[in-house]
Amino acid sequence: MLCDECGKNKATVHLTEIINEQITKLNLCEGCAKTKGSEAEQHFGIADLLSALSDVETQPATPSVSGVQAGPLPKNKCPNCGLSYEDFKKVGRLGCSDCYVSFKASLTPLLKRIHGANQHVGKSPSPTVIKDLKVSDKLRGDLDQAKIDLTRAIKNEEFEEAAALRDKIKFLEKKLKEHTKV
Amino acid sequence: MTNIDHLLKHTCEWLRGTGPNSDIVMSSRIRLARNLEKMPFSHWASKKLEKEALEILETALAGTELTRSALAIRMSEVDDVDKQFLLERHLISREQILHPDYKAVVVGDKEIISIMINEEDHLRIQVMQSGFNLQECWRIASRLDDSLHKKVKFAYQDDWGYLTACPTNAGTGLRASVMLHLPALVMTKQISRVLQAITKLGMTARGLYGEGTEAEGNFFQISNQVTLGSAEEDIIDNLERIIRQVIGHEENARKTLMKQNRETLQDKIWRANGALRSAYIINTKETMSLLSMVRLGVDMGLINDIDRRAVNELFILTQPAHLQKIEGKVLSSAQRDVKRANLIRRRLEGR
Repeated sequence: MLCDECGKNKATVHLTEIINEQITKLNLCEGCAKTKGSEAEQHFGIADLLSALSDVETQPATPSVSGVQAGPLPKNKCPNCGLSYEDFKKVGRLGCSDCYVSFKASLTPLLKRIHGANQHVGKSPSPTVIKDLKVSDKLRGDLDQAKIDLTRAIKNEEFEEAAALRDKIKFLEKKLKEHTKV
Repeated sequence: MTNIDHLLKHTCEWLRGTGPNSDIVMSSRIRLARNLEKMPFSHWASKKLEKEALEILETALAGTELTRSALAIRMSEVDDVDKQFLLERHLISREQILHPDYKAVVVGDKEIISIMINEEDHLRIQVMQSGFNLQECWRIASRLDDSLHKKVKFAYQDDWGYLTACPTNAGTGLRASVMLHLPALVMTKQISRVLQAITKLGMTARGLYGEGTEAEGNFFQISNQVTLGSAEEDIIDNLERIIRQVIGHEENARKTLMKQNRETLQDKIWRANGALRSAYIINTKETMSLLSMVRLGVDMGLINDIDRRAVNELFILTQPAHLQKIEGKVLSSAQRDVKRANLIRRRLEGR
């Protein structure tokens, strides 16, 4: 399939847009997609608002204590997801929940300006729930994941793996039962 | 018949036209944003991690009492008309349509609960009610949130509360909104003053289909902007106070119109009623503005042979994807204009 925009290169990017309540599809080559993409970015209101609000200097994610941060990731990227504060200013969205720790110094004044407050009031995960999560949720999570893996293994006819997963599920179910008894 | 087609057979709860102040308030909605701890947000995640988040959340929702029997729809598995159909019913956002991969929506009984997975945030829990009823929405949303807390660990910090992809939603992650029908404030040209005042009080006003949409059919969606620093109950309470004032203004404007411009008002309402009952070709925009007048006529007791619910339903049934679902085939814009007029004539005559 050729690119709808230039009609020369092979279309590798497939865009869906809503124009006048109609869904339209665009098949673009990489070059044209980039041009389209930057057009789309210019429409993005929240990003503009945020970059206007956050004129505070970008702070390093974490001070390079004991050289842990000296790896391939530059200091101003979130160690968990790799998003930089510059990326955030461009798209208006953070990369993961850890970004709130990584960019704390820059986000503190930003949140204060958006909400006029810096301290959450209201609902929180109740302590009993957290306790329960810590002890048994890991097991439940592992069990759910194993079940998903098993479905996939069966679908792909990977029977050896499926057998191993079935044993794992049995083991986890037993563990979980023991735990909930206590 | 796909599962989505079943939705067409029922009226969603928020269109019922009942509940407190339902002559002015179409519906109330609570939205909660929640995210999985450490898992990259949808826009930043690799395909693999996006898929993982989807599977974790689908499993969690399938094991939760309130959503166990809900209809789960993966966006990559439905066609364009169905996607738009879900959008018209306020069950999904534009974001879900534009990037359908690894996105899903879980729709509960009577469409009271709908949960988007991998939207801007991993979870967008939405609860809708007919009329002015934010409290009930909040009770349901909070209960669902409680049960989900037992299944997955949500990103939360003591100082900034629930963490969201966009910092404008952090804290409670709560957006309370009320859909108001304000034709008299528009006709008496007081609406811009009212909307300005609302903005100054920290609320936002948008059209029928949310961000960036026009206030078609004289519908305005008013919601809180600030999500951090006030408890959920206080945010809702604050919005309710403002909404009550807006309702009061609309009521007064309706009374003034009846007193001072009775003929003009009746002329507008009855002409709209006549046009809708006799048109053979009609587009969405004209439909919305004429239906708005008919709804006003019903709400003011001028039109008695049709109920509010029927008018409410027409606002949604006449949307492009709904018409195509009803007909069971793809229709061009011109074909839709004919089918739309046809549907309206039949419905208004109670057939």
